[in-house]
Amino acid sequence: MNPMRTAAAKRRALAGLAVSAVVIGALTACTGSDGGPTSADTDIDAALEAGGTLTYWSWTPQAEAQVAAFEKAYPKVDVELVNAGTGNDEYTKLQNAIAAGTGGPDVAQVEYYALPQFALTDSLVDLAPYGFGDLEADYTPSTWGAVTVGDAVYGLPQDSGPIAMFYNKRIFDQFGIAVPTTWDEYLAAAEKLHAADPTKYITSDTGDAGFTTTMIWQAAGHPFQADGDKVTIDLQDAGSKKWADTWNQLLEKDLLAPVPGWSDEWFKGLADGTVATLIIGAWMPGVLEGSVPDASGDWAVAPAPSYDGKPAGAENGGGGQVVLKQSSNPALAAGFLKWLNNSDESVKVFLDGGGFPSTTADISSPDFLGVESDYFGGQKINEVLAAAAEAPSSDWYYLPYQVYANSIFGDTVGQAYANKTDLNAGLQAWQDALVEYGDKQGFTVNK
Amino acid sequence: MTMTSMRVTPSVRPRRQWRGWLFVGPFSAVFLVAFIAPVVYAIYLSLFRNRLVGGNSFVGLENYLQVFTDAQFWESFARVALFLAVQVPIMLLLALGAALAIDSARLYGAGIFRIVIFLPYAVPAVVAVLMWGFIYGNSFGLAANLNDAVGFTLVTPFARDWVLASIGNIVTWEFVGYNMLIFYSALRTIPADLYEAAELDGAGALRVITAIKVPALRGAIVIATIFSIIGSFQLFNEPNILKTLAPNIITSYFTPNMYAYNLSFAGQQYNYSATVAIVMGVITAVIAYVVQLRGSRAETR
Repeated sequence: MNPMRTAAAKRRALAGLAVSAVVIGALTACTGSDGGPTSADTDIDAALEAGGTLTYWSWTPQAEAQVAAFEKAYPKVDVELVNAGTGNDEYTKLQNAIAAGTGGPDVAQVEYYALPQFALTDSLVDLAPYGFGDLEADYTPSTWGAVTVGDAVYGLPQDSGPIAMFYNKRIFDQFGIAVPTTWDEYLAAAEKLHAADPTKYITSDTGDAGFTTTMIWQAAGHPFQADGDKVTIDLQDAGSKKWADTWNQLLEKDLLAPVPGWSDEWFKGLADGTVATLIIGAWMPGVLEGSVPDASGDWAVAPAPSYDGKPAGAENGGGGQVVLKQSSNPALAAGFLKWLNNSDESVKVFLDGGGFPSTTADISSPDFLGVESDYFGGQKINEVLAAAAEAPSSDWYYLPYQVYANSIFGDTVGQAYANKTDLNAGLQAWQDALVEYGDKQGFTVNK
Repeated sequence: MTMTSMRVTPSVRPRRQWRGWLFVGPFSAVFLVAFIAPVVYAIYLSLFRNRLVGGNSFVGLENYLQVFTDAQFWESFARVALFLAVQVPIMLLLALGAALAIDSARLYGAGIFRIVIFLPYAVPAVVAVLMWGFIYGNSFGLAANLNDAVGFTLVTPFARDWVLASIGNIVTWEFVGYNMLIFYSALRTIPADLYEAAELDGAGALRVITAIKVPALRGAIVIATIFSIIGSFQLFNEPNILKTLAPNIITSYFTPNMYAYNLSFAGQQYNYSATVAIVMGVITAVIAYVVQLRGSRAETR
């Protein structure tokens, strides 16, 4: 009878775990955390000198080398690097730790889209008292704007993600496809490629909130506006419709590889040419080199297609690092953060690993622009990517609850993807759900 | 002596009760902290609503009213109910068949069969689901190979109509061995003289099964059914892990547990999440209790 009893206990324990996780989360959500720097003038240099231990959550491939270099420069500081998952997975854990009041890192990687949410819930240390406000001139305007709210500085930008088109040159050459510069040409290339080889697709997209918002951004849409508690959501504005009408043509004709992004099948598809292009942020080279080594020499970079053939920019992903209020040593955490994203040594490690900088000096430096990437067949990819960073782009705001918004993207827009039906209807369903959620959370939405 | 002891008796009784607490105390403390307190706190939480803007406020039973009109919750409930109605009978019948086969003494290498059938239960659920996820892969998995081999799309484990069956297959694979062991251990407790008597009366193997073995298994079947009901209503790991492979088909409210999880961890709606958890817990307890009542009544008859 013993196995039976333990099994029953296990199931009960699992059930208890689920309930108590909810309970613990809520318990501390009520009490809130009130860490943060107590003495505003704490010298971060003194903290670095005194040493201590820090926990740093990041999924960037360069983090390991950066931490090693930091520990060499500051031997008294011990940084424990944890990969707590990519994107949403990390934010869920971060949110849990914040709600629990303990268990979170000192420094965490947070993408720009998620930063307003963590700043809003008062979970991040305002770094302005550590003199971080003076660093504004070092970063591109879009990335600095993404980490600041008024005078408060909630993090330092690490990378930026101006969109570009990564394409598999081997496949393009094999099927005689010209590099598209407009979305109309892109659609034509999609049809031509899939007709020539039904196993090949112009790109993969099974619905991805980050991609969709980027594409709406590029189409000059402004679906989200926030002014304090007042939120406006219009996922059927001109830009949103423009993108959805274009993308509908790929979706309805079955021209998108049915492979979820970042799955093992996706990486395989990038390696063997099943997925021929990616419209994605300029941080992608590091991922390709690290996770798709077999395709070395196949890929090339070109400007993202636009609606009128003129350069049109938008940001996809990209993010920075923040210091959590939970940190027991925020001055030391700030010191690590400043070294991480504002020292030549660390930024060099980041760039060598294929990262795309947010620092103006690096984006325009001849050394950076002149790099010939072996992976990309000797192409000077940074010239293309730096041009993408300078391409004109419209203003953009994320929702103050964008992480939740992205988590229900599959329930709404994803249904249009799954059924291969009008994406506009999916966007409308997403909007309806977001308006309802926003109102329930106390925002004034669309009023 | 008798006089003294009689006089002492009244004062002894309370002291005895106090000594009893010494033994029950540690358990009671752990029970209160680890079991009662979370439940009470969840109920307490479910009476409030904490918002990103505006803070925390008492809302009485509003969260409960919301659950009863929440289409997403009832959709997820209907899904696990369907899962329960189809998957549990299949799994228990397979487990019963396996237990009877191993118990029949006609199987060569019964011990090996027992271990092999039980082995999937020893595989951590997360690993099992990842493994099945690779097998189910539409583009590069075994499913894709099968489709290539037959030349048309034969199996689509992640299609909307099939994904629940695909999950059912994983759960069945995981738990047949566990239930088989419950049945098998119940079969081992049947006294050998019953079989001897049956043999003397000229009963065949089938008659032995229907007249002796299955009736003797009734209690074990009730227990296995209750475990399976709880397991079905708590379905979480399998769909949650497969969600990355079928993001649009498996919604964030695919099962009640996933719904509660996402409400709380993606939506920060801890209060409403606690309400969903409590409602689901009550429904599960009631159904399990009804099955137990019916099962034991049938047993006494």
